[in-house]
Amino acid sequence: MSTTVEKIVPAISDGHKEHPQRKWQDYFGFSTDHKVIGIQYLTTAFFFYFIGGALAEVMRTELATPDPDFVQPEFYNQLLTMHGTIMLFLWIIPAGAAFANYLIPLMIGAEDMAFPRLNAVAFWMIPPGGILLLSSFFNGAPQAGWTSYPPLSLVSGKSGEEIWILSLLLLGTSSMFGAINFVTTILLMRIPDMDIHSMPLFCWSMLATSGLILLGTPVLGAALILLSFDLMAGTAFFNPAGGGDPVVYQHMFWFYSHPAVYIMILPFFGAISEILPVHARKPIFGYRAIAYSSLAISFLGLIVWAHHMFSSGTPGWLRMFFMATTMIIAVPTGIKVFSWCATLWGGKLSLNSALLFAVGFLSSFLIGGLSGVMLASVPFDIHVHDTYFIVAHFHYVLFGGSVFGLFAAVYHWFPKMTGKMVNETLGQIHFVMTFIGFNITFLPMHQLGLQGMNRRIALYDPQFQTLNIICTVGSYILALSTFPFIINIIWSLMKGKKAARNPWRALTLEWQTASPPIIENFEGEPVLWAGPYDYGIDQESIDGDESVEDMLATISAEGQ
Amino acid sequence: MTLISLWYGQNHGLLPIAASNDASEVDGLFNFMMTIATGLFLLVEGVLVYSLIKFRRRKGDTTDGPPMEGNVPLEIFWTAIPTVIVFILSIYSFEIYNRMGGLDPMASGDSGPQMAYAHHHSQLVALDTNRQNVALGLGVSPDSQQGISPLEVKVNGIQYAWVFTYPETGIISGEIHVPINRPVALKMTGGDVIHAFWLPEFRIKQDVIPGRVTNLVFTPNKIGKYPVICAELCGAYHGGMKTQLYVESEEDYQKWVQDNTIAMNDDIDESSVAVNPVSNSDQDFLSPYANNLGVAADALEQLKSQS
Repeated sequence: MSTTVEKIVPAISDGHKEHPQRKWQDYFGFSTDHKVIGIQYLTTAFFFYFIGGALAEVMRTELATPDPDFVQPEFYNQLLTMHGTIMLFLWIIPAGAAFANYLIPLMIGAEDMAFPRLNAVAFWMIPPGGILLLSSFFNGAPQAGWTSYPPLSLVSGKSGEEIWILSLLLLGTSSMFGAINFVTTILLMRIPDMDIHSMPLFCWSMLATSGLILLGTPVLGAALILLSFDLMAGTAFFNPAGGGDPVVYQHMFWFYSHPAVYIMILPFFGAISEILPVHARKPIFGYRAIAYSSLAISFLGLIVWAHHMFSSGTPGWLRMFFMATTMIIAVPTGIKVFSWCATLWGGKLSLNSALLFAVGFLSSFLIGGLSGVMLASVPFDIHVHDTYFIVAHFHYVLFGGSVFGLFAAVYHWFPKMTGKMVNETLGQIHFVMTFIGFNITFLPMHQLGLQGMNRRIALYDPQFQTLNIICTVGSYILALSTFPFIINIIWSLMKGKKAARNPWRALTLEWQTASPPIIENFEGEPVLWAGPYDYGIDQESIDGDESVEDMLATISAEGQ
Repeated sequence: MTLISLWYGQNHGLLPIAASNDASEVDGLFNFMMTIATGLFLLVEGVLVYSLIKFRRRKGDTTDGPPMEGNVPLEIFWTAIPTVIVFILSIYSFEIYNRMGGLDPMASGDSGPQMAYAHHHSQLVALDTNRQNVALGLGVSPDSQQGISPLEVKVNGIQYAWVFTYPETGIISGEIHVPINRPVALKMTGGDVIHAFWLPEFRIKQDVIPGRVTNLVFTPNKIGKYPVICAELCGAYHGGMKTQLYVESEEDYQKWVQDNTIAMNDDIDESSVAVNPVSNSDQDFLSPYANNLGVAADALEQLKSQS
């Protein structure tokens, strides 16, 4: 099913001068163009997604039987550590940066980011960081989980552990360089007509994300450096054998890693806020509520970290405090979910791949959010902490949330980035397989956790085998679902229908320039002729407001 | 929708049996949360499914939808309702946590890590031996009956087993046996890395951390055999670190105590029992190692003659 498309305008639309085109080689080198960097981030992220996914498939294959008969338990622990680390630091976080890099200057009418060279450096830290991390497999990958708690991380897989620490330090620094660019560009480089309440919600969410990156990542860096000293130099910051305190590591680690999960979801919240109005032909419902709730989530996200430690070395009064703050964070999140639903309600929905994934995001993130509110309750969390209930929860918010949002964003901006349309049928097949595979894989895990199955284990109680087999089958469906996607992307890149400047008839600035955009983004300074979500503006109002002609006249008068 | 939520909230069948009063209370809290979650789930998913069908763009219609940008009363409503819900959940959870003994002052302070030979440095506040009694975790319930003294069990979590020591009877075992209806007070530590002691049927869990003592207190009310599961990644065989908790009638428990005490007296061998180093003086603690370190009589003579 295709949406209505305007008359095809050639990508180089200006009749007066020829615009230089990008060569494919540009995408493999050091480029300061934010559009190239964004695409570099995105393709690199997908590369690591497939690796992380392969690791997961090995894990799920092992878990089809209670005995550790497919891989050794020690190797299984390496797999789970690498799966988690890769998916978080080499797939989701860079993918968020990918869209931020690509879209922010275009959405605000700027020619590039504030610090283009820093931007390129930020990207080019990712491939070495990733390769370094993968190289740990040669001498034994780290096996203490992506959380890497001491003392276990100090006594197992030591060479892998040190590589893990160094890799994360590199990737964290990259993330911070990106955030510096996002904040500066959004705050200082919008075109004069675009005040902060006229900018797209994706930019608001990137402001919130960048704040968290800049405040949280240094604390992780400190924790990792101290851990590294304990590992290599025999110090005892966290090592109880020397008088150190392993719980301090947990506080420092989670002080970053909880905001990290908001870093992983907020960009995709922003993307959803962009995608739903376009394909529902309706303004976003509650612009200010969504904008400010992003900031609220960002702030509150900094004071909830110890909810990961409710059964750890935390006193009762501390558990109660963090329960309260974690409960509160449900409110801004709920506001967003309801606002997005209200955006869809009463609209004119085009059921294309982008919208389907966006709705899939809403339905899955809801479940992850509901289980999250349950986890905020200390007595309940004490029962399910470190069980498959937690695995279910975070996969619902990370895969059901971030990844579905990511795919929606890919389908939505693919025409802009590449100048080609995707094949909608393949996209819809991709959606259906992903949605079904995802739910079959992760829904039973709630029950597994409640019933007594702990996590990070290769051998489990045989009573859980039936549910585990169901999860494994679901994961195989998920693995297969990547095929329609890859085929679609490659085919569309080579033979896809040429995309117009604005195939979705959207209102944000990135759609007002060529597809793909010219290297300088816009010909001269772009004119802001509508708010980002002014859909329905072409309808006449029954109660006698200005007619469309009057409104156009006012705007062109302002432009003189 | 309300009826479905109410019904499913009570009948989801997702939890194992509850083997203590506290566990039943946690289940009540979970059922309440499930009811709310089911209701919200049906509401939002219903809106999504309905929208996908009813508000589908008609073929050939390229016009926009209505320019609805917000509705302040509605937005206030859907901000206020979640706020009220999480407020209620917080109070309810606080109440349950308190009833479980989570706010017992003896159990809810954190004295920080202690070193094995802490008594040597008692002038330092952070390592004050007096504070060894204050630990983390769940303590005695505020409304537990006075007069029933808890059965104290010391727990040591090591890779990959649990070792239980019973101070009352001197028994050391890899299984934990307790009589029904008497509070059990676990005093736990980790021997090497962080483990976690989890009793699913009792809905309680607490990390055991080397260098610290953590607490769990529970009162079983059903006879049975329940798994004890390690719930913190502790190494390759974390999945195999399990044992059993036996809740027995008073007679069966006494029988077990007798059987094991006799066994203990017969073949106990002092040197193989794990010793809690805190109770030893420096001399006792170090003497087994002295030989290994090469601290022999003639070495000491040499040192003395040199000083």
